[in-house]
Amino acid sequence: MSKERIQISEALYDIMPSDYQDLVKNATYGKEDRGWKDIGNTKELIEQHSLCAGCPESMAFRYILASLPNPEDTVMVGSTGCTSLVFPMVAVHNIHSLFGNQNAIASGLKRALSVRFPGRVKDVVVLAGDGATVDIGLDMTLQAWFRQEKFTTICFDNELYANTGGQESGLMQKGFVAKMAPVGKLFDKVRLPEIARESGCHYVVNCTVSKPSLVEKVIRNAVHIAREIGPTYLQLYTPCILEIGKNSMEGLQEMRDSEKPTERFAYKEYISEPAKQLLAELAAKDKERKAAAKQLAGQA
Amino acid sequence: MAETHSVIGTKNKKGQTYTDTWKMMNEAPRTPSFYTGSEVIKEAIRRASCDVMIAYPITPQSEAAALIGELFAEGYIGDYFRGESEFAVMSQCAGAAFGGARVFTTTAGPGTMRAMENFPMWAGARLPIQMIVTCRGINSPLSIQPDTLEIAYLLNTGMLVWHAETAQDFFDWILKGYMVSEEPDVHLPLALCCDGFFVTHTKDVVNLTPADMCLPPYDPYRSPVPCMDMECPPVRMMRDPFVMKSNYISYATHASWQQEIWAAVERSRKHSIKWLNGLIDAENTDAEIMIVASGTAVSQGREAIRLLEDEGVRCGLVKVKTLRPWPEEEIREATKNAKHIFVPEFNVTGWLAKEIKATIPNHHRVHAGPHVCGGMTMPPEIIVSEIKTALGMKTFSLAGRGS
Repeated sequence: MSKERIQISEALYDIMPSDYQDLVKNATYGKEDRGWKDIGNTKELIEQHSLCAGCPESMAFRYILASLPNPEDTVMVGSTGCTSLVFPMVAVHNIHSLFGNQNAIASGLKRALSVRFPGRVKDVVVLAGDGATVDIGLDMTLQAWFRQEKFTTICFDNELYANTGGQESGLMQKGFVAKMAPVGKLFDKVRLPEIARESGCHYVVNCTVSKPSLVEKVIRNAVHIAREIGPTYLQLYTPCILEIGKNSMEGLQEMRDSEKPTERFAYKEYISEPAKQLLAELAAKDKERKAAAKQLAGQA
Repeated sequence: MAETHSVIGTKNKKGQTYTDTWKMMNEAPRTPSFYTGSEVIKEAIRRASCDVMIAYPITPQSEAAALIGELFAEGYIGDYFRGESEFAVMSQCAGAAFGGARVFTTTAGPGTMRAMENFPMWAGARLPIQMIVTCRGINSPLSIQPDTLEIAYLLNTGMLVWHAETAQDFFDWILKGYMVSEEPDVHLPLALCCDGFFVTHTKDVVNLTPADMCLPPYDPYRSPVPCMDMECPPVRMMRDPFVMKSNYISYATHASWQQEIWAAVERSRKHSIKWLNGLIDAENTDAEIMIVASGTAVSQGREAIRLLEDEGVRCGLVKVKTLRPWPEEEIREATKNAKHIFVPEFNVTGWLAKEIKATIPNHHRVHAGPHVCGGMTMPPEIIVSEIKTALGMKTFSLAGRGS
């Protein structure tokens, strides 16, 4: 879909909601080098959200939506949880259906879009919490990867069930005391990034969302690789400050503390050989495009 | 975007001509063919212009699901794959339907139960998916035998629920079913049920429409809710997400949405009457004794009526074709002269009899039975015996009890 598709009829312009007018005038649909730097300068694809003040998940949402390489032809799939409080305010088509079935929904969706729009790019991006991805939905998460479904899976890992009030989850750290883990969690944090690699993902990253430029890079890589090659997986630490006893101001520091080299969210990535080749090609094209733009600017 | 010109009369990539469905079903020549129920499902789907079919093995629908795979290999279907469980398959079907595809799947018994969480979601999301349910036992100990108990669980999901008697019903209703469920004022999923094995694994003569004619493609832009393909503006659906709020607006939103689903089921009535030639078939409604049934119990009822005629007992028959929408008026009218109404069923709880009792005046007229379950067949003789016993007539024992 191009930006033309969302134009408003002249006669109806003044009665359209202001955020829709904004979207038409200032959205970054179709902009090739869109990214986190657009935040604040152009219309963002997320309106006001109803997450807690200072919630790192809200930062992650902004960075991800600013970084999607092709939002005008991207459909997102969510699941039940805090993310489902945000998606209704997101200006790309998104689906919420049940809890934990997000990768099954995305499998059907991607295939339908491929049947209906042959030769056109239609990206599918799943964004769900750790309960949905690793516990109740693990079967469907893995099976989509085994089948090499061509979409990106993003897990907002806050290491517990936040929306239901802080219960133990599979991605919780061992020993953490939480609801339903009254004497501390008895087993290790599930190693989904490694499992993702073994399950056939072509690009796997484990990191926090403390650095918007990093989020931009991994989102662009993940979406491009999923489009051309096969499944990709991002596990992003978005701590629930409420449930780990932090204040609104402390989310960023919590992420910085957790990404130190010895910590559990130290940057880790895996890129398959075909994906490495694709990224190299994309980088070369990008360089060419920038050089051409520079030359054009020089001539002018 | 939406098709601005008709494709009727043009050919698809397999050389089939997109044909007006009414003409295809009612005017095109029919060829009698001797097929199993599973093969009939395949032949219907060959003509259905399906975009996506998702399969999972479970007896007794596995053969049909695999045969449709052959159609995919031949190029008749856009995409086809085996999912990992019925829960996943029904979600994959939902994803494909959200993306604007005409979707088909098949399931049975425990699979239907495993997938159950998806069905109210399908209806709530207004996804016109068609699901064949080849009924089988859901009880423990494990059973693969026919038993229609699972239909009872589908009745309150917001799906359309039809119950086919024969393979011919199946062939016609698969194709007609899409026409009803894809109407903009309906746009709901359809559970097209049959009694497993009795219909799927037996051969019957079925009159098929020409193989070179197929349904017009599904147009997702006639949907009452936006298709999730980013081809129409991404309107923010809610300013304040009502999902987990406890306030008046939230309650009112959910209440009106649920009412709308059931209003859509009601609106399917007129389309179902048109395509199925009525929600019920009724014979001899002036008789004092009526059999009301759905599925293969209708066939057995018909045989029982023939046996009773030989003994001078006159009995009428109502074949219930659609369970949702429920043919309340039709059943009232057809049973108004009846003093005794018998409801033979292939399940232990007698859900159809309960529905009928809740529908008609003087419901003491309803004799809930006979029932068979767990895969037992229903010989017409036990229907005859049930009726004669109720009328105080002498009956012969059907099976000795060793006494």
